[in-house]
Amino acid sequence: MLLTLQTTHRPATDLGYLLHKHPGRFQSVDLSHGKAHIFYPEASESRCKVALLLEIDPIALVRNTRNQKAVNFSLGQYVNDRPYVASSFMSVALSKAFNTAMNAKCKDKPALVAQALPFEVELHSLPAPKGGEVLIRKLFEPLGYTVELERQPLDAQFETWGMSKYFRLVLRHTLPLHLLLTHLYVLIPVLDNDKHYYVSKDEIDKLIERGGTWLQEHPEREQITQRYLLHLKSLTRNAMDRMLEQEADAENDGPEEPEEMKARKVSLHQQRLKQAVKALKASGASRVLDLGCGEGKLLRLLLRERQFREICGMDASFKTLQNARKRLYMDEFSPRQNERLKLIHGALTYRDKRLEGYDAAAIIEVIEHLDENRLQAFSRVVFEFARPETVVLTTPNAEYNVRFETLPAGAFRHPDHRFEWTRQEFETWARAIGDKFGYRPEFSPVGEEDPEVGGPSQMAVFTRNDVLNQESEIDPDDN
Amino acid sequence: MTTENEIRLELPELCLVLLIGTSSSGKSTFAKKHFAPYEIVSSDYCRGLVSNDENNQQATKDAFDVLHYIIGMRLKNGLLTVVDATNIQKSDRAKLVALARQHHVLPTGIVFELSERVAQARNKKREDRQMSPNVIRMQSQQMKRDLRKIKYEGLRKLHFLKSEAQVNAVTGIVRERLYNDRKEEKGPFDIIGDVHGCFDELIELLEKLGYTVAEVEATEQNFGFEVTPPEGRRAFFVGDLVDRGPKSPEVLRLAMSMVNAGTALCVPGNHDMKLHRYLSGKKVQLKHGLDLTVAQLEGASPEFLHAVKEFLYRLVSHLVVDEGRLVGAHAGLKESMHGRASGAVRSFCLYGETTGEIDEFGLPVRLSWAEEYRGKAMVVYGHTPVPEAEWLNRTIDIDTGCVFGGKLTALRYPEAQLVEVAARKEYAVPARPLDWEEQQRKLNQQQQYDDVLDLAEVSGKRIVQTRLRHNITIREENSIPALEIMSRFAVNPKWLVYLPPTMSPCETSPLPEFLEHPAEAIGYYAAKGVPQLVCEEKHMGSRAVVVVARNEAAVTEHFGIEGEGIGICYTRTGRNFFTDRELETAFLTRVRDALEASGFFETFETEWVVLDCELMPWSLKAQALLKDQYASVGAAASAVLPEVNALLATSAARGVEVPAELATAFQQRESKMQQYRAAYRHYCWPVAQLDDLKLAPFHILATEGKVYHDQTNQWHMDTIAGFVKADPALLMATPYKVVDTADPKSVQAAIDWWLEMTGKGGEGMVVKPMNFVHPDTKGGFLQPAVKCRGKEYLRIIYGPEYDFDHHLKRLKGRHLKHKRSMAIREFALGMEALERFIRKEPLRRIHESVFGVLALESEEVDPRL
Repeated sequence: MLLTLQTTHRPATDLGYLLHKHPGRFQSVDLSHGKAHIFYPEASESRCKVALLLEIDPIALVRNTRNQKAVNFSLGQYVNDRPYVASSFMSVALSKAFNTAMNAKCKDKPALVAQALPFEVELHSLPAPKGGEVLIRKLFEPLGYTVELERQPLDAQFETWGMSKYFRLVLRHTLPLHLLLTHLYVLIPVLDNDKHYYVSKDEIDKLIERGGTWLQEHPEREQITQRYLLHLKSLTRNAMDRMLEQEADAENDGPEEPEEMKARKVSLHQQRLKQAVKALKASGASRVLDLGCGEGKLLRLLLRERQFREICGMDASFKTLQNARKRLYMDEFSPRQNERLKLIHGALTYRDKRLEGYDAAAIIEVIEHLDENRLQAFSRVVFEFARPETVVLTTPNAEYNVRFETLPAGAFRHPDHRFEWTRQEFETWARAIGDKFGYRPEFSPVGEEDPEVGGPSQMAVFTRNDVLNQESEIDPDDN
Repeated sequence: MTTENEIRLELPELCLVLLIGTSSSGKSTFAKKHFAPYEIVSSDYCRGLVSNDENNQQATKDAFDVLHYIIGMRLKNGLLTVVDATNIQKSDRAKLVALARQHHVLPTGIVFELSERVAQARNKKREDRQMSPNVIRMQSQQMKRDLRKIKYEGLRKLHFLKSEAQVNAVTGIVRERLYNDRKEEKGPFDIIGDVHGCFDELIELLEKLGYTVAEVEATEQNFGFEVTPPEGRRAFFVGDLVDRGPKSPEVLRLAMSMVNAGTALCVPGNHDMKLHRYLSGKKVQLKHGLDLTVAQLEGASPEFLHAVKEFLYRLVSHLVVDEGRLVGAHAGLKESMHGRASGAVRSFCLYGETTGEIDEFGLPVRLSWAEEYRGKAMVVYGHTPVPEAEWLNRTIDIDTGCVFGGKLTALRYPEAQLVEVAARKEYAVPARPLDWEEQQRKLNQQQQYDDVLDLAEVSGKRIVQTRLRHNITIREENSIPALEIMSRFAVNPKWLVYLPPTMSPCETSPLPEFLEHPAEAIGYYAAKGVPQLVCEEKHMGSRAVVVVARNEAAVTEHFGIEGEGIGICYTRTGRNFFTDRELETAFLTRVRDALEASGFFETFETEWVVLDCELMPWSLKAQALLKDQYASVGAAASAVLPEVNALLATSAARGVEVPAELATAFQQRESKMQQYRAAYRHYCWPVAQLDDLKLAPFHILATEGKVYHDQTNQWHMDTIAGFVKADPALLMATPYKVVDTADPKSVQAAIDWWLEMTGKGGEGMVVKPMNFVHPDTKGGFLQPAVKCRGKEYLRIIYGPEYDFDHHLKRLKGRHLKHKRSMAIREFALGMEALERFIRKEPLRRIHESVFGVLALESEEVDPRL
């Protein structure tokens, strides 16, 4: 809503020439959802201060976004912080109000354009996501700014509610005005999670144009591009590729990362998935289920294995399944691939005939998302009704949590976890399941095992008793 | 068949009719004359369907695939079907016979045995198409060859038409009812389980049921008993009259007397059929109690033995009675076999569905067809002894093992009431102990089965029949998000017997400074002719449904839940209200104690209650919303607005011409922001202990056997006010006013009351018709409630600055129609769920309704309404 910019350059009123805005006049420009006002609360020889005040129409904001399907919570509501904060609207307003200055032009005093001048910028109610303070400093300090930050409480009357995500930010630096404006233009939206417009390819061009050399040299340039483009990976890659091209032209000798290093980077989740695939393969299964398949990381691994002739992924979230379709490029599948993989929407607390008749099921990091008292239904759905020969099931090992330095004691790893079990608790549960439904579980740690607290995650492979018996009949000497 | 000049063909009402004859033998003409158009499925037509050419012989395979598919569908749906194809090859007929058997429909045939000369002549005269004479000659020869053994092909009825004259003489088809079709018999019935020769217990049971049994002299029709049932009633034996018990011949005499006199129906059991085989001279092992029966029959007259044989022979596998609402079969019957006839149906009725495996007691492993049963007809059966007769999916096994020392059970129909007499002794020892697996079971069969619901029965596009508003369609796109919410967040579905409906606001007020005003809320009902209204203060908390029982045992008995406490408190999306188990237990205990103290459970003759409530403070459940949304906006605005106004003032003081309108607007913004913060703070307070919570129940939804939508809203208010007194620290009554819509003073008093409440920061009020459900003129009902929210409260809905003139003008253009339609449909579904629950219907029927409420909630509607 409000940005002030002041300088102590002498004569300070030169600021008016630089900005192409007369210090004596109150001026306004139209924006898509309101107006921006420019006025000078102070304009003397020694100090000149300009204010950019946004007047956003909250109702027009809601009504105009109503037809867009993916309206996020904040924009969908009349109760909205947009009119009051320094957001991407501010960025747009900056470029509209101070367009000439931002483009490094000054008709009356062209010499001032390239001259470094002392500036102080103050932004009120600047929203910054989690870890905001660190991020703000990381963004501005490498560019030479002195950063002063003050965080606002949520509500003084309810102290337990803690602090808000809004900051008062004061930036001080001596630099040419057009650079300062460009920095603000790019970095304000980077801090903003609720951008009001959609990211398009145009924006990539805009970003690289506005960013210019300073962005290419900025240590956080990756994060800036990513955040700026709203985590749209495909678009980001595009922008990153172009930046890399530019960089490659400059220095064409980046060292290749050694294979070993790459291998070590396999995340815990990848390890878990690989271990699951191994267990599924060892079971001899050819028709497999991935229950709680998410966006299809395990499915992708399963597809690569010739052993699995039929693969079925199920998830409770329809949107996640749609993402999985995209990520696996299912629309481009050949008829044979289409026969091999199918995705279904379902829930593990309901009996589901579609799950019957499979050889094996993988249930990777799923049960901890169910309330403990729903586990009874879950276990019947899987072990009594679907009843595959093999069930590969993983869940976090609560004992390992002490090894996560940032995790507060007693907290779960994920806000949606309903419980996290110790190895003992998991084994007790799994053995009871085995006894009740006629399966034998075998346990193993997942991830690098800590001698004291075990692996970060734990796995049980359940084998149906009749399968075990058959095996012993076929090969009685095998012990 | 009757005389040559007038022939009437008899066919079962439900059968597959094969027309058999060469081309041009007049089959199609015959079919058109005697059957309805859809009943005839023609191979020529199917050829046309798949190839555009009725004569295209290359399309024969595809055409017959379609033909068989159509026939299969029709038979599945229980429709008589005529196959208009030559059917002269034995292998073709065999496929159709198999198809009929697959659907338990009788295969029949009408053979057109005309001479080749006739067919050739007809063929020549045809205008549509002509066959080569060779084809007809070959067909004719093949038919002669193949026809000789047609009797052995499994066709249950065969008619032969040997000349054109005979074909023309057929004047009609007589459709005969199947033996199992006794739909016109409406009862009431007393259905009696496996007697197994327990004559004394049978007499006792009949007397208990009000029958008088007199011994009389045996006659041709009567085997020594005369039974007078209570007015209009009839007995209905579900088989196994004989074996194992002490007096099988007496039981036979009684049952035969009753059946002959028309005072009883009877279907056969496997033991009865084995006795029949024995009496027919077949080789039968004298085991499983047949040895006893045979011994007891020693010395019986040959006439009696013959009569028994005849009686047993004439028993029909199962009977469908009372317009198809009741099916009796010895071992039960799955829906697709009701009213059908085939060897498989007969075998199912006698032995049930077995897998062919043998269990550890040497008994056949049975598949529980009853678990899968979803039919509308009630199925009553016996065969498998159980300790207690228990309902499962509208089926009930009433063989309570009398001969094994259990009891003899009768089900009174349609009352669905069980009447039992204890066995006088254990006459036989069962192979499988009777209380096998049942000993420590606390849940009944249905509750146990309902532990896991089937996805197919709640998801996808569904049509839910409700009593209040007929069929409600749940679209697939809405059931998708509902499934996600249900499966990830909702409590055990056994608790979810209700979800509250959404509520529409009143129409927009024409008054300049109000968006909502009570005049419109009251006006809505007044215009629909509702004389009296109940205006209730609207509490600003969170909607909560509270289920509470006297104790855990009551929860287990009535809800089928074990180990989850004495109740639950859940949100409008079915999520547990409390994350802290201890707090929840303490809370529910207090509610229960208050109900106990006020004598609620005795007054309502119940052990449990479901209450619709508001739970305060709002901040308890809406913490995240408050912090992320409401307080955040407040924090952002409060940090900047004073600074803006200061800068504007400084600029103006310096001589900058700040537009006056703008300066005023920003000053107003600052004060509106303060009002906004005051508005939400009003509904927040910290909860350190139980007394910091306030529960305001406003509907008593249901207790044992009752849903209270027949009581007025005033009754709900007053009854609740009565019991909340028992714990005023936690529970509160809702202040209300009764408004007489014809009396302006009464209306004004309500408006004044609203102004007073909202002036103090109250949320507003809810206006309801006096009747819980108030019918409209179109056979539906009016909005069950309309909300009218206060001016300040609306700031947290429409934004801090909503009452700027230029904003308010635009906000007034809002559309209530969809919201109101949702409110009506959700209300009907919620009530339906409760009604189904108190009728003790299977959980899937209740879940389907609450699932529907959740699904409808995902319809897109302005969230501010």
